[in-house]
Amino acid sequence: MAIQAKELTKDYKYGFSDIDVSVFRTAKGLSPEVVASISQHKNEPEWMLKFRLKALDHFRKRPMPNWGADLSGLDFENIYYYVKPVEEMSRSWDDVPDSIKQTFDRLGIPQAERKFLAGVSAQYDSEVVYHSIREDLEKQGVLFSDCDTGLREHEELFRKYFGTVIPPNDNKFAALNSAVWSGGSFVYVPKGVKVDIPLQAYFRINSDNMGQFERTLIIADEGSSVHYIEGCTAPNYSSDSLHSAVVELVAHKGAKIRYTTIQNWSDNVYNLVTKRAIANENATVEWIDGNLGSKVTMKYPSVYLMGEGAHAEVMSAAFAGNGQHQDAGSKAIHVAPNTTSNIVSRSISKGTGRTSYRGHIKVLPKAHNVKVSVRCDALLLDEESRSDTYPYMDIDNPDVTIGHEASVSKVGEDQIFYLTSRGIPEQDATALIVNGFFEPFVKELPMEYAVELNRLLALSMEGAIG
Amino acid sequence: MTQAVLSISGLHAAVEGKEILKGVDLEVKQGEIHALMGPNGSGKSTLAYTLMGHPKYVVTGGSATFGGTDLLPLTADARARLGLFLCFQYPTAIPGVSTVNFLRAALRAQGKEMPAREFLNRLSTEMKELKIDESFRSRYINDGFSGGEKKRMEILQLAMLRPKLAILDETDSGLDVDALRTVADGVMRLCGPDMGVLVITHYPRILEHLHPDRVHVLHDGRVVTSGGADLARQIEREGYEPILGTAAAATA
Ligand SMILES: Nc1ncnc2c1ncn2[C@@H]1O[C@H](COP(=O)(O)OP(=O)(O)OP(=O)(O)O)[C@@H](O)[C@H]1O
Ligand SMILES: [Mg+2]
Repeated sequence: MAIQAKELTKDYKYGFSDIDVSVFRTAKGLSPEVVASISQHKNEPEWMLKFRLKALDHFRKRPMPNWGADLSGLDFENIYYYVKPVEEMSRSWDDVPDSIKQTFDRLGIPQAERKFLAGVSAQYDSEVVYHSIREDLEKQGVLFSDCDTGLREHEELFRKYFGTVIPPNDNKFAALNSAVWSGGSFVYVPKGVKVDIPLQAYFRINSDNMGQFERTLIIADEGSSVHYIEGCTAPNYSSDSLHSAVVELVAHKGAKIRYTTIQNWSDNVYNLVTKRAIANENATVEWIDGNLGSKVTMKYPSVYLMGEGAHAEVMSAAFAGNGQHQDAGSKAIHVAPNTTSNIVSRSISKGTGRTSYRGHIKVLPKAHNVKVSVRCDALLLDEESRSDTYPYMDIDNPDVTIGHEASVSKVGEDQIFYLTSRGIPEQDATALIVNGFFEPFVKELPMEYAVELNRLLALSMEGAIG
Repeated sequence: MTQAVLSISGLHAAVEGKEILKGVDLEVKQGEIHALMGPNGSGKSTLAYTLMGHPKYVVTGGSATFGGTDLLPLTADARARLGLFLCFQYPTAIPGVSTVNFLRAALRAQGKEMPAREFLNRLSTEMKELKIDESFRSRYINDGFSGGEKKRMEILQLAMLRPKLAILDETDSGLDVDALRTVADGVMRLCGPDMGVLVITHYPRILEHLHPDRVHVLHDGRVVTSGGADLARQIEREGYEPILGTAAAATA
């Protein structure tokens, strides 16, 4: 059997080194044995094992996608696909390098959260807060747990939706995730229930939170509404070079789901994520998606507008610093009539950073009276920075209204001069312009995230991070 | 004897390799109001930009000091922190940056930060004086503003930042009669022993409000003549020809 408990020296980037952590881990690389051992370790039902093995098959058969970012640096054989601490991690705050502590300082992250993010504490200190939130939710019948728990405790409900929005054979990385997934969130909101506080991933007390292959499934039943917030703006220091998540959302009739993500991976990470939602009759799905950091990100949150009157809103922001490529965008598939989608993308490239907007709008023959609006703006900070736009449109119904606008601009000398002429130093002036450019995105974030994002952007501008 | 705030001597400047200023001499003393007139293209805005430190405008000769400090080696932000201010002829839009945030950033940069409540009170007061609607607080700076709104926003910044010397580049152009009065009153209110003004204009009207101590005429990159408030009225009546004729004769 490939599972073994042994001492592992995790080779952390950013100076985490030679720290012994007892873990269960599978052998490096992928095989049916590895997949089976993951499933076995989690005590999963037979159907899930089969699902995983079939997904592995799809993964192996599929070629690497060559239409997007450069993925040639990825080595699938050199990755641990399942690593789980046996006991609570015993790293101490003193072991965390000063550089990371300083970054946390500058980001103004609360002490408890810092320890959590640095992997010092798997226990998030706001357990009490979380507990009372969970009790409120339970009263309303809302389920909010990690995905493994969701499968264990609500198997029937889980199985009904799992893998239905993004089937395992959808794309190579969805297949990979389907084979080796672990962690992520499971949310179910019953009919008519409006969850009035945002559900935040890091309220969950679970060391799998930051997993490489997390899997999230959110179901909003008829007339319900929920706002889910994933990740946080602090850098995710990870020794793992591949992050490949799958996020599935189902918004039933008249329901509303907003999914907010802000990610800031360390610059060695390939961040290849499949996010898709189904919006039924009169449902609204909103993806608010911010990407900083990583080496390569490929992420195109999409919405399938399956029911009449459904609405999709995708707002994304990307920042690519030196050597980074943010290949992001979105898809709206209009299957039903009278559906609308609104896509707004903002991206900034600095130094040798590169951003791409890749959008796909599809209107099926039966979908009449569809309204689509796409707007993507790119800002280049340097001569060598780069931005491209790849908008694809398949329109099979003449009765549509489509607006598409795209722009690429540079930070204007006159804008800088105007701000500096008021006493603001050039670097701060640039940061103001950059923050202003992201303002339509930032406006959509809860206050504390907006503040963190602005700080983080300022740091990225200095080149301190990313 | 009052000190010269701004002292310019033999200033030469070029833009895109073309020499525009060809030896400007000008002195503004503490708290004085000066007017700078001159035909289109004579170099008035170029002088304003050069003094403020626009990187495109390259000084090729001469000197300019501000309160005794050499302006020329300084970046624009450093010049602003010394107390120089420019009301732009064509203010630039900064999308996504609200008036409030912008003003706070500018005050902070100039070491004039104040508590939030005091700041907001002062902002309210100044906005009322200038008849600027409250909604402009959260609007993005100059973004989608009308010509007249932009001019008022410049004066609002002036009122908040309280520089030692303000250069107003055609702040009166494009304003309706009432707006002109509001703006002129605003400037008059700020003028005094602590703030002098160099007002660039084509019209004597604003000068009737501001009562300049001196009027200068710039032509082909040089101050060709200076005089009292009468000079502006004469230009209004007779145009530049008689003056420039004499000036040309004088240089010949
Ligand atoms: N960026 C530039 N590139 C090329 N020429 C320039 C530039 N800026 C100014 N000039 C030229 O310099 C000369 C002076 O221009 P300036 O704007 O200073 O004139 P002005 O006196 O302010 O005129 P107006 O009364 O029309 O505002 C003009 O001939 C103008 O075309
Ligand atoms: Mg001009």
